[in-house]
Amino acid sequence: MRNRAPGQETPASVRVRFPDHIHIVDCYQCGKCTAGCPVSQDMDLAPNQVIRLMQLGQSEKAVRSQAIWACLGCQTCSARCPKAVDCAGVMDALREAALVHDMASPARLLVVSFQEAFLENIRRNGRLNEMELIGRFKASVVFRTGRLSFLFKDAGLAPQLRKRKKLHLISEKARDRKIVERIFARCSNRSER
Amino acid sequence: MNIGYYPGCALHGSSNDYEQSLRACLGALDVQLKEINDWICCGATAAHSLNHKLSLALPARNLALAERDGFKQVFAPCPLCSMQLLKVKKAVADEKVRRELSETVEADVRGDGQVLNLIQIFENVGLDRLKSSVRTPLESINAACYYGCLLTRPPDVVHFDDFEQPTSMEAVLAALGAKTVEWNYKTECCGAGMTMANEDAVLDLAHKILGNAAEHGANCVVVACPMCHVNLDMKQAAVERRYGKKLGMVVYYLSDLVGLALGLSSEQLGIGRHFVTKA
Repeated sequence: MRNRAPGQETPASVRVRFPDHIHIVDCYQCGKCTAGCPVSQDMDLAPNQVIRLMQLGQSEKAVRSQAIWACLGCQTCSARCPKAVDCAGVMDALREAALVHDMASPARLLVVSFQEAFLENIRRNGRLNEMELIGRFKASVVFRTGRLSFLFKDAGLAPQLRKRKKLHLISEKARDRKIVERIFARCSNRSER
Repeated sequence: MNIGYYPGCALHGSSNDYEQSLRACLGALDVQLKEINDWICCGATAAHSLNHKLSLALPARNLALAERDGFKQVFAPCPLCSMQLLKVKKAVADEKVRRELSETVEADVRGDGQVLNLIQIFENVGLDRLKSSVRTPLESINAACYYGCLLTRPPDVVHFDDFEQPTSMEAVLAALGAKTVEWNYKTECCGAGMTMANEDAVLDLAHKILGNAAEHGANCVVVACPMCHVNLDMKQAAVERRYGKKLGMVVYYLSDLVGLALGLSSEQLGIGRHFVTKA
């Protein structure tokens, strides 16, 4: 971590909305969440450090971390916490805040792009359209990184999926897609900045 | 049994081999699956990662549709779909939340029905009945039962089995005459929906899971989740390439093995459509 001269700190706290059952103060830093996390070695901040930052009111560092996007949502941390701090729920809330405040870590561009493309796909179709998701996900990664080769990543899987009748060029959609759009509109978090 | 079937997107997409397996196997056990009318996606990882409200509203709509159709039980063969539905059930115990969600999804969400995973379907059929229906005991099977994350977690939402040392799948396999191994990765994560977005993590985890199963003498891995199957079966060739070793570990859906024991063929169950097949 770089040291900053006094007075040069960036705002350290951004608003993160936690569901009512999450009580950050309860954490006593035993580290069990980090010990059981299958991907903590890939994180810039370990799960217990993320929680500590929240306790200290330094939410921005947590919101900008790549750790929150490395988290797989496997719930091991939450299940094992001796103080019932829902660490996986904290990760969810931080990811939501990262998007709302445009602070999602560029180091995890693939994960962020994938999740955004997934939700947009559901908003449009009501059910997942896999080919459209892959197309839009890849296009958005190429657009944001300029890495054209990403378009062809795993392209070799397509004929193998087709052979196994697992590839659907035309996917089914929900019939009532208007209700899906209305649900999305009512749940919008874009105004919460 | 009048069970509302919530297939979820995966089973109507690239995991349609799982649906084929389920329909064949449960059909043989006279469990009728009636699809919930005009169900929508539960939002999966993307919704709970990016929008908490939406992650409750989407499955709430499905629960309301199932209740409207008169189903007392909903079967969701994908553990993530199933867990999301159970989260809604838990949330709507609060009357204020229940009313708000019902308004959001334009349908009355009661949350008084039961949500079942695949293992519970077999438990409801009855392990004794299953045992007496076996035509071909699975004597050659020595399986590593892989539960992954969300069949047993979060325990205060899913209330299913032991979240560290589950044994419910082993009990089903025992009824089929199959053997199972003790191993270490039963409830470790396979990387789930990160197959494309974080391939490194998925390959690392799949490598550990498949390797540990083999080290403990398993000749196959058994799953009850479409994403577990994708990461352990479809991505197995990529794991082998990255780590420079041959694994050749067959990955079955639990319904595949039940179906085989009931006398159904691999073809009926769609087992030949997996990526890794028996040599």
